[in-house]
Amino acid sequence: MCLAVPSRIVELDGMKAVVDVRGARREVSLLILPEEVSLGDYVIVHAGFAINTVNRDDALEALRFFDKVLQSGGEGVFL
Amino acid sequence: MKDTLSAIHSLMHTINRPVRLMEVCGTHTVAIFRHGIRGLLPDGITLLSGPGCPVCVTSAGDIDAVIALAEKPDVIVTTFGDMMRVPGKTRSLSGARADGADIRIVYSPLDALKLAAENPSRMVVFFGTGFETTSPSVAATVGEAVRNGVENFLVYSVHKLVPPAMAALLSSGEVQVDGFILPGHVSAIIGSAPYEFLARDFGKASVITGFEAHDILEGIRMILAQIASGKPAVKIGYTRVVRPEGNPKAVAVLNEYFEPEEAWWRGIGPIPGSGLKLRAKYEKFDASARLGLAPVRFEEPSACRCGDVLRGMKIPGECPLFGKSCTPEHPVGPCMVSSEGSCAAYFKYSV
Ligand code: SF4
Repeated sequence: MCLAVPSRIVELDGMKAVVDVRGARREVSLLILPEEVSLGDYVIVHAGFAINTVNRDDALEALRFFDKVLQSGGEGVFL
Repeated sequence: MKDTLSAIHSLMHTINRPVRLMEVCGTHTVAIFRHGIRGLLPDGITLLSGPGCPVCVTSAGDIDAVIALAEKPDVIVTTFGDMMRVPGKTRSLSGARADGADIRIVYSPLDALKLAAENPSRMVVFFGTGFETTSPSVAATVGEAVRNGVENFLVYSVHKLVPPAMAALLSSGEVQVDGFILPGHVSAIIGSAPYEFLARDFGKASVITGFEAHDILEGIRMILAQIASGKPAVKIGYTRVVRPEGNPKAVAVLNEYFEPEEAWWRGIGPIPGSGLKLRAKYEKFDASARLGLAPVRFEEPSACRCGDVLRGMKIPGECPLFGKSCTPEHPVGPCMVSSEGSCAAYFKYSV
């Protein structure tokens, strides 16, 4: 439940952004993100909110872990 | 990883006694199984699960209260999906939904706010579950309700705080651990300072770490190094996501809308200052205050040992129901419901 998913920002509109996670697009809120972000930046997302920025390499590494969790059928991990 | 493992072995040699470590977060519990970490560690290290599974610690009385709300004709209850199967006294949310209560699963609290805006004649209650990773988002959603003048959005908060719960476990003296593997994403919000009491007041080692195999092993190595040197201090092993100051904006938003209060932890009972309620200024968003409802508190029934499991006092296999009358298909207790619950993780990976 406390897992946050690294996602790439593909659209920006004020305090809202659209992120891409493995090809799926999702709207996320930037209301609690401490710093400004630009297109292409990676953020970690939890319950529809970007909660922190991460650098690209770290994000890609973390995504590999999510793939493993998903393959093992872990449900609910995105909450 | 090989280097980390050999460092772990040599530190255990120096320490020269068994070491008990608690992973506080349910996501770590799953990751530890997933990566087969136990099989890699020397025998002297015991890993125990802690209270960090939000689904598992939500009390049956709160589930019942939310069901009672959902049964009111003018109320829609919204919740994260993993709360649906948690047993209340007689029913779960999913049972109540089958009986006709209007309960909907949302991915984000903002979805609940949207639903409220679309249904002005009904009250939309968001069941606020989760730790510090989640509560700032709920706080920000209340902020959006204020900003957009949405008056029919309410929160039933059972949000919980990790550090006060750890303090309570340690003060009770029941929990015998040498160090803590601290949550990664809770800490991304709160930073490391709120854990400083672990070393200062209790002499416990601790490391904030991530969820990859090498993160967890490196975290364990760092904890052992603190134990071996006799110098416990909270350290961050997950620097790519967690900064010492955490996310100050999220904390500020959280503190604007919520304040600490006593919370009921399933199987554990009340812990002072370990929950969150809306501040008096925002009481009109508080479902309990506005709809006049108080949860009924009662002891957990049955032989479920979830409370002991959550405190690291028992492992799931020591519960007489484990794998017999209690399985992920037919969970008796909350630790079997959530995929992050200790009983569910033990069942999935060791049966
Ligand atoms: S196995 Fe089931 S009944 Fe036993 S402690 Fe775990 S959740 Fe409770």
